[in-house]
Order: sequence, then C-alpha cells, then structure tokens
Amino acid sequence: MKIIGLIAVFLCGCLLVYGASDFPGWGDPSSPASTHVSPYYIETTMEFTHVPNIVTSVLADYRGYDTMYETTVIFGAGIACFLLLRVVKKKDPVSRLYRHKATGITLRIKKGGKIPDKSNAFERIDSEWVPYDLIIQISCRLLVPLIQIFALYVIAHGHYSPGGGFQGGVILAASIILIAISYDLRSALKIMSERASAFLSAIGVFIYAGTGALCLLLGANFLDYAALDSLLGSGMVMARSHGILIVEIGVGIAVMAVMICLYYNLSSEGKQDEGL
Amino acid sequence: MIWQLDIVILTLVIICGIGAITVKDLLGAAILFGAYSFMMCLLWSIMGAVDVAFTEASVGAGVSTVVFVAAVFRTSRRSKD
Repeated sequence: MKIIGLIAVFLCGCLLVYGASDFPGWGDPSSPASTHVSPYYIETTMEFTHVPNIVTSVLADYRGYDTMYETTVIFGAGIACFLLLRVVKKKDPVSRLYRHKATGITLRIKKGGKIPDKSNAFERIDSEWVPYDLIIQISCRLLVPLIQIFALYVIAHGHYSPGGGFQGGVILAASIILIAISYDLRSALKIMSERASAFLSAIGVFIYAGTGALCLLLGANFLDYAALDSLLGSGMVMARSHGILIVEIGVGIAVMAVMICLYYNLSSEGKQDEGL
Repeated sequence: MIWQLDIVILTLVIICGIGAITVKDLLGAAILFGAYSFMMCLLWSIMGAVDVAFTEASVGAGVSTVVFVAAVFRTSRRSKD
C-alpha cells in the first residue's frame, strides 16, 4: 500500500512539474499577466482608490467579495472547531489544586470538598504541575502591549505598508495566546471570555458584510465603497480608501476572535478549564 | 535576487518539508513545520511578495505552530506510522 501511495505521489509530482514547465518565466515582462492584467492595477490604483499598497487595494476593494468569503471561511472554521471540541456538559474533575499565595503550599481538594471560593489567599492552579516562574510571566506581560500596538499599526497601516486585517488580527490573537501560555488559560479567559470571542468573530464578519450591504442601500453595487462618499463626505476616491480600512478592521476582529477561540478549545480539550 | 541565498533557502525548505513528514515525534514535526513556514516566508520576501511573506510569518510560522503544539500536548506525542 505504501509503495502504491509513493508511486501515485511521484506521478502527481511529475505531472505538476510537467504542467509548471508551461508557465511563463518568473517576472517575464512578455507574459500575459504582465502585459495586460497587472499594468491596469499598477497604473490606476492610486488614481481610483488612493491606496499606495496595491496588494491591499486589490485584496479589499477590487476582489472584496472574495475576501469577504475568506473571512467567512475563517469564521466557519472557528464555529466548526467549537462544535467539534467544546464539551458543554459540566463535569466536576476528581480533584482541584489550589495554591496558598503567601506560603506557596498547594492544596488538593477532592470532589465534594469545600473549595475556598471567595477568599483571595488561594489561587487555582492546573492539575498538571506548572512551575511558578515570575520572570517568564512578567516579561510576557511586558511584551503584550507592544505586540498589541504593533498589531493595531499593521491593521491601520495596511494601506501604506505590507499588512492588513489578516496579519494584524493574527498578531492581536497572539498577544492573548501569549497570556494564556505564560500565565494560564483562566487568566486569558478573564481578559477575553469565550462569549466575547464568539461574539467578536461574528461581529467582524458582520462589519464586512454590513459595509457591503450599506453600499447596496446607498444605491451602488455590493462592496462598492465609492458609495460611502455620501456618508463620509470625503470624495469618491477617499471613500474607497476609508471603505478598505473599515473592512480591514472587520477582518482583523474576526480573525483575532477565531484564532483565540481555536486556541482555547484546542488547549483545554474543549473544557475551557485547564489549559496547557 | 541573490541566487546562492535562494538555493540555500530552497534546500532548507525541502529538508524541513521532508523532515516534518518523516519525524516520529509529532512535537518535532510541528516545530519543523514552523521552520518550513519561516523559510517559505523568506522565499516570498526574496521574490518581492512582502504581503504574502507577512501572512506566512504570522499565520504559518506563528499561530499555526502554536495550535499544532496545543493539539500535540492534548493528544499523543508519538505518531503510529
């Protein structure tokens, strides 16, 4: 069986190489893409959308419909992961570990035992032993605001430099995941609850689709941001630029929330109780 | 484009790719896959596709490695085949 698989993979590879030999060379100026597809966008993007980064304008404006469904696919992935992994039924674990903050003594409380619920002297710790490392926790906490500011910069500056909603959203999610790794899952859940992440992932897609629908209501085509001019009052060209920004923010929110939701569910086996 | 750099990175891409599917330790495979993504990111940026390189670095080398590691820690560390 393994040999048949290898032969099939090898044949497919040969076909791919054979097919790729027909492609125009890399950066070939006489290839069809370079003669009448790319020049149009390179020459007119600045004039029509006022976005220096052509990739962003193509991604969010010229093929905005495509990117909208990309965001929807990510949203769907988050929902699928949630439905597959999340354990809704609350089942109490056999025992829980608590650490007395002042002395560092760990208590194991068996099922049915009294849990020091309201007292601040104890903190819950994961049942798999985790070393209490102050240096890692503090340095990660110092890093988080820098990561988040960089993420916001990437989203907001997507017009002028590489970046945009997808990358910025992922970096934002990374900051929350860093908290979840360096502290524990419960600290991250306090910052961004599961409910908030589910809500935000839907909100992000809604912002994108809502912008399109708003353009439709204003009498233009779906996702034709030039129609937003009557609301923003900044001219047709700048309206397209602002429309791209609004849409990128939607993408960023959706991607961030979905990535956090994925991590929560994967790292806690869907229980959202004890993380890695 | 410096062709020597290109050759080195392409070789590393192939090594990481083959390593990721042959290594028995799944955690090692996840890390190798992250390295593969990072090498691809370098390739994209050499070819001038900076936006794609950025996406590859953040999604491929960043979050997906974390997700793989989380999945490995919650399932089994060794692969059966």
